[in-house]
Amino acid sequence: MRREVPLLITAVVGITFVVKYFVPHFPFNRMDAWFADWFSIVQACAIVLGALNLLKLSALKVIGQKSGWGYALVIILSFMLITVIGLAEGSDYRDPGTSFDWLYVNMFIPLSATMFSILAFFVASASYRAFRARNYEATVLLIAAFFVMIGRVPVGDVITGFMPEGYRFSDLAIWIMDYPQTAGQRAIMIGIGLGVVSTSLRVILGIERAHIGTGD
Amino acid sequence: MTTRTKELIAVAAILVFALIFYIGRVSGWQATEFSTGTSIVVVVLLLASLLWMLALTIRGRLIGRRVVFLYVGVAVAMPLFMKLSQEMPVSLAVLGVYDAVMELQPGSKVLIACDYDPPTAPELQPMAETFIRLCFQRDLKIIIMGIWPQGPQQANLALEKILAEPEIAAKNLEYGIDYVNLGFQAGNEFVIQRMGGSFKSMFRTDYGGIPYDDLPLVRNVRNFSNIDYCFNLSSGFPGTVEWVQIAVDRYGVKLGAGNTAVQAPTVYPYLSAGQLTGLLGGMSGAAEFEIAADARGKGTKYMLSQSVSHIVVIAFVIIGNVAFIMSGRRSALKG
Repeated sequence: MRREVPLLITAVVGITFVVKYFVPHFPFNRMDAWFADWFSIVQACAIVLGALNLLKLSALKVIGQKSGWGYALVIILSFMLITVIGLAEGSDYRDPGTSFDWLYVNMFIPLSATMFSILAFFVASASYRAFRARNYEATVLLIAAFFVMIGRVPVGDVITGFMPEGYRFSDLAIWIMDYPQTAGQRAIMIGIGLGVVSTSLRVILGIERAHIGTGD
Repeated sequence: MTTRTKELIAVAAILVFALIFYIGRVSGWQATEFSTGTSIVVVVLLLASLLWMLALTIRGRLIGRRVVFLYVGVAVAMPLFMKLSQEMPVSLAVLGVYDAVMELQPGSKVLIACDYDPPTAPELQPMAETFIRLCFQRDLKIIIMGIWPQGPQQANLALEKILAEPEIAAKNLEYGIDYVNLGFQAGNEFVIQRMGGSFKSMFRTDYGGIPYDDLPLVRNVRNFSNIDYCFNLSSGFPGTVEWVQIAVDRYGVKLGAGNTAVQAPTVYPYLSAGQLTGLLGGMSGAAEFEIAADARGKGTKYMLSQSVSHIVVIAFVIIGNVAFIMSGRRSALKG
């Protein structure tokens, strides 16, 4: 029963979703709204659950003094700080001039931007160490990357400024993005679409059972 | 000196710089700016040192990753102090968003979906600011919402900045009448789907807790059919792809988008299929949009950093390939 019931629920919900797309009559025409509301409620609960889980894992790490427990302590302290300040400032906690807003503008934004900007260093280092003309395909990729990188910034047109319009680096970058890149993206999207259909069918029919776990 | 000590010194130096910049920002210090001549000298020195690196590589001395990090840091930071202007052509993708806004009649309702957060704000915030400014200049009504928790808060920062500008302040725009921030709603793409039936079902109150029906601007907005144009600022899932698949394909919304450079390639198929009126891709998209709207700001300013850093990355890719060829195509650079 522990396997059959979840499989049955999956099959019924899956088939209902497929049917509702083609039947514009009650109750199928209301299902979008019902499921959307349920999804919002479940997701809101999941956010709370996720936050509590993060706190629990971090606390366990600090108590056990496991590797990286200092970072876990920072998570707990930051979490408590922002929560206490947010709650203490009432419903207007996000207004300009509040302590919460100060923390958001002067700490959260710069720290988040810093984390994301580290990508630039990793991308540069990875490109230097791994972007090689090892074979024909890699060489084509390398050349395309060169033209897109140089064509997406103004300096590209400064270098090819003597060329007639339509033949400059920026034009080449736009052409690569509009045609080969778009064609590649479309192929990936069609592949993903077909994969989603086949996987969904396998899940609905109970052939694919990974989502209910492997244990008995 | 051990590597650990060097790293600690580097961290301490960065902290000192950050502190100086913070004090400068709070105290309203004027930004230091290199003259055009000094800027050119700095760029030439940078390029010359890259050539020297190439020469070293040809002679068999490989460059460590810390050197690459240092160059990227310099390439991004130094141009922020430079006084060099760059000409940029405005692409058709960017003009698509600009033209769509310009075609709207004054009083038209524009929905701005802010689906991003601070990490991607350097790319998307300039787009948000330029778009909001352009809407206000055109006397359009703005409705803001987000399916990313921090999106509406980012929009508020943009609003705060734009409303303080003399030209916009002179219009005496009123919250609830000229613009509204409906805030965040959990539920990912289901929120968009539900908005197709009823906005109010997803946003009972606005960002500050004012009931939906007490906001004159949205009181009569039932669903997407009452929206004249939608602009989505997106940095991932859920974002532009979901807006196209649900709002555009099912409900016929006219949509433009601003995406991070990383995400933009994934939405190009929608642009060429006409499901998007236009697309601002990454920092260059933000800069082009600023040029189109005749409001050069952070996007345009940051493009110099992007230009120099792209050159540095390309140079290191060339250096890496030279090392690869020199080592008989067996190179696996370490360090």
